[in-house]
Amino acid sequence: MASEEMEQLVRREYKDGFVTDIESDTLPPGLDENTIAFISNKKGEPEWMLEWRLDAYRQWLKMKEPSWAHLDYPPIDYQAISYFSAPKRPEDRPQSLDEVDPKLLETYEKLGIPLHERAALAGVAVDAVFDSVSVATTFKKQLAEAGVIFCSISEAIRDYPELVKQYLGTVVPKTDNYFAALNSAVFTDGSFVFVPEGVTCPMELSTYFRINAANTGQFERTLIVCESRATVSYLEGCTAPMRDENQLHAAVVELVALDDAYIKYSTVQNWYPGDENGVGGIYNFVTKRGECRGDRARISWTQVETGSAITWKYPSCVLRGKDSIGEFYSVAVTNGRQQADTGTKMIHIGEGTRSYIVAKGISAGKSDQSYRGLVKINPRAKGARNFTQCDSLLIGDTCGAHTFPYQEIGNSTAKIEHEATTSKIGEDQLFYCQSRGISEEDAVSMIVNGFCKDVFQELPMEFAVEAEALLNVTLEGAVG
Amino acid sequence: MSDTQTFLDTLKTRSAEYAGEPSWIAARRQAGAARFEAMGFPTRRDEEWKYTDVRGIAQGHFKLADDVDFSQAQAATLSLPVEAHRLSFVDGVFAPGLSDIDALPQGVQVMPLSKALAENHEAVGGPLGRLTGVDFSAFAALNTAFMEEGAVVRIAPNTVVEKPIVLQFLSREGEAVMCHPRILIEAGGRSEATVIEHYAGEENAANFTNVVAELMLDRGAILHHYKLQEAPVGDFHVASIHVEQSRDSVYTSYNLNLGGALARNDIIADLNGENAYTNLYGLFFGQGRQHVDNHTKVNHNAPLTFSNENYKGILGDRAHGVFNGRVFVKRDSQKIEGFQSNQNLLLSDRAQIDAKPELEIYADDVKCSHGTTTGQLDEDAVYALRTRGIDEATARGLLTLAFAGEVLEQVALDAIAERVELAVAGKLPERFNLAGLVEAAAALNE
Repeated sequence: MASEEMEQLVRREYKDGFVTDIESDTLPPGLDENTIAFISNKKGEPEWMLEWRLDAYRQWLKMKEPSWAHLDYPPIDYQAISYFSAPKRPEDRPQSLDEVDPKLLETYEKLGIPLHERAALAGVAVDAVFDSVSVATTFKKQLAEAGVIFCSISEAIRDYPELVKQYLGTVVPKTDNYFAALNSAVFTDGSFVFVPEGVTCPMELSTYFRINAANTGQFERTLIVCESRATVSYLEGCTAPMRDENQLHAAVVELVALDDAYIKYSTVQNWYPGDENGVGGIYNFVTKRGECRGDRARISWTQVETGSAITWKYPSCVLRGKDSIGEFYSVAVTNGRQQADTGTKMIHIGEGTRSYIVAKGISAGKSDQSYRGLVKINPRAKGARNFTQCDSLLIGDTCGAHTFPYQEIGNSTAKIEHEATTSKIGEDQLFYCQSRGISEEDAVSMIVNGFCKDVFQELPMEFAVEAEALLNVTLEGAVG
Repeated sequence: MSDTQTFLDTLKTRSAEYAGEPSWIAARRQAGAARFEAMGFPTRRDEEWKYTDVRGIAQGHFKLADDVDFSQAQAATLSLPVEAHRLSFVDGVFAPGLSDIDALPQGVQVMPLSKALAENHEAVGGPLGRLTGVDFSAFAALNTAFMEEGAVVRIAPNTVVEKPIVLQFLSREGEAVMCHPRILIEAGGRSEATVIEHYAGEENAANFTNVVAELMLDRGAILHHYKLQEAPVGDFHVASIHVEQSRDSVYTSYNLNLGGALARNDIIADLNGENAYTNLYGLFFGQGRQHVDNHTKVNHNAPLTFSNENYKGILGDRAHGVFNGRVFVKRDSQKIEGFQSNQNLLLSDRAQIDAKPELEIYADDVKCSHGTTTGQLDEDAVYALRTRGIDEATARGLLTLAFAGEVLEQVALDAIAERVELAVAGKLPERFNLAGLVEAAAALNE
């Protein structure tokens, strides 16, 4: 590719960068017990929830920020972050899309996500998180008929306290890690899904996350529970406006699958990655974990990670039930000065448990990417099976790609396989395509998409389309 | 009293021995002691020691041996049956009676470290500690603080050494002792040699060996390096091997690990010149409560460098194996090929393996891959053998040996390959019933 063309593409600005000017009811920066009491009060939470948060906060104070990841970023000042930001008029929450602040709708328009259209056409219920308060929930009625609960976690704490109490923090304990503890103390919103016994959720559930309002970290808490023989597919997608200051995001996602339940959790993450000098960009420290608590339960994580300056994320499965299955499909793309340390953990506890890991990493520019995974087979997990495939593609000679797979096997009946390769796009592959009249950029796009195919196949249809487009945009101009 | 203090106190009792040594040696010794004191023994909180607990060493009380009493007859049964230039050490102390370095070819120097230190020989002045500094690990620091004995091997440029050079370390029963051998090998340009480190000993010995080896390969040098560790099952064995390769050099390591209560091997190869080639072959076998930990690191510091690694582990009973292999490719080190394979066979439900094959890559025109598998014998293969009239136990034994064979067939010295194969066959659980097979194999070899 001509160098000026490449230059131009590399200098391309973040397409989704803009700030919506909505007055926020924002707390001044700082974190202490009063902050937590304020959040809890603002959300109208019961006493036990406040206690739960404060306990997490006190434990967090004693914890140390982890430093083992292959990441390099300046220290985070947790007192410089504002821990609550909500759109105005909380009592006057819109009941339908018509009542939604037009500026918010405009934001979605700019993102190319016409909420109403998309919801109606795709048959998707959208619980949109704009900053920290859910402002629109659709198809709630249809879901209610099926017996599915889909609401914000705040509503769930208010309306279904017993359910929340029963499951919250049982997969990711309050003090699981530094960022999970912080999230437990200050989480402001997120989704709650409960699918009762024997119910297949009639539609794919989707939440679009947006980070907005300067200096506001987002602390989402999502809890999905599938009772016996229940099934749900959950989609999570993210974009964020352009900003100079680093934004901290420390989410926690917990999945619980009982006997024969199936939870499919898909993510497309495209937060602001920072500019070409690595200024700005989201710091994404996420704890995602699912537990196959019942026999034959199945949890599947699919993620397409193209955004964020720093990604620290290991969606994991605890395979407790007999013959339960954990899956992890991931495409991570880093460009510019992005850094990603991501992977999964598969903890085999039950007999006959199986896990399947496919991780594809693409590094370009001056970015650095690591796959970090753990496959642990307990002595009691007889006949456990794991297959791991993790491939890295390097584009350009200034990036880095690393693999750190941990295998801890304590059982002779286990069968564990791990394969990893690192390579670049072959000159011969490019030549082959170009000799057939395909432009270099199209050829690269084609090869990269082929490289990621195993993962994209796992995405729901509309996400797969978005993911392919995202991939092309993210890697535009990366090959020369 | 802290664990480190026990060792530092032992070091103090040695100070009279060290009086009057050249100042540069005294300075290194002090640096080693200071670094060891500051670091302390590693714990499982250290990433490099995540799966290996060294408290058995740290809490031990090990003396230093002074004599080399060892019967010739017993030494003969333990020694490798190969014609070689040989340096022998008993509990770390040089044993001239068991050594044979009289007929060294021209251009080859082989001497005990004590001699080189006493003479302030040029072979130690520069190289000693250049590759393995005291910061590498607490064990390397401890080795530097206690360095007294070991081996110095120098091969002049363009010299091909026909016979292998064997460095034999024997461990004795009785009071628990420790030794900290230091091995320095300088392979001159376009030289070729075979060096065998061999660890063995009396059945009930329970000593601590902490060896540091520094290997330098000049342009075009070829070095075959065997490390056959068949120390008594009560021994603690910690070893690091640091290899520096100039362009066109070929280093091949055979790390054959059978003995010891706890064995930890660190092998680091720095490929610093174009067209340098590293082969790392490893076989580890554990039974009882043996713990064996292999860490390898291949640093592709220059473009056009190649590495190939194949490690196989067989673990029975309650043995615990660890494999941690890292391939590192430096920025701008293009046209690299790095392959790594690790396969483990678990023979018992209580055996455990922790594997971590890592790739750390900062260049794009590279072909790197790693694969690791853990499992049990293929039942189809067992069935196939049984249909041919082989009883099940023998079939399993044969398949286990075949699994080990994939590494052993790379071993150029037949005497060593056979010895290890027989040792593995002899150690397999009863149900593998290989006695007959072993006899037949032994008869064949005679």
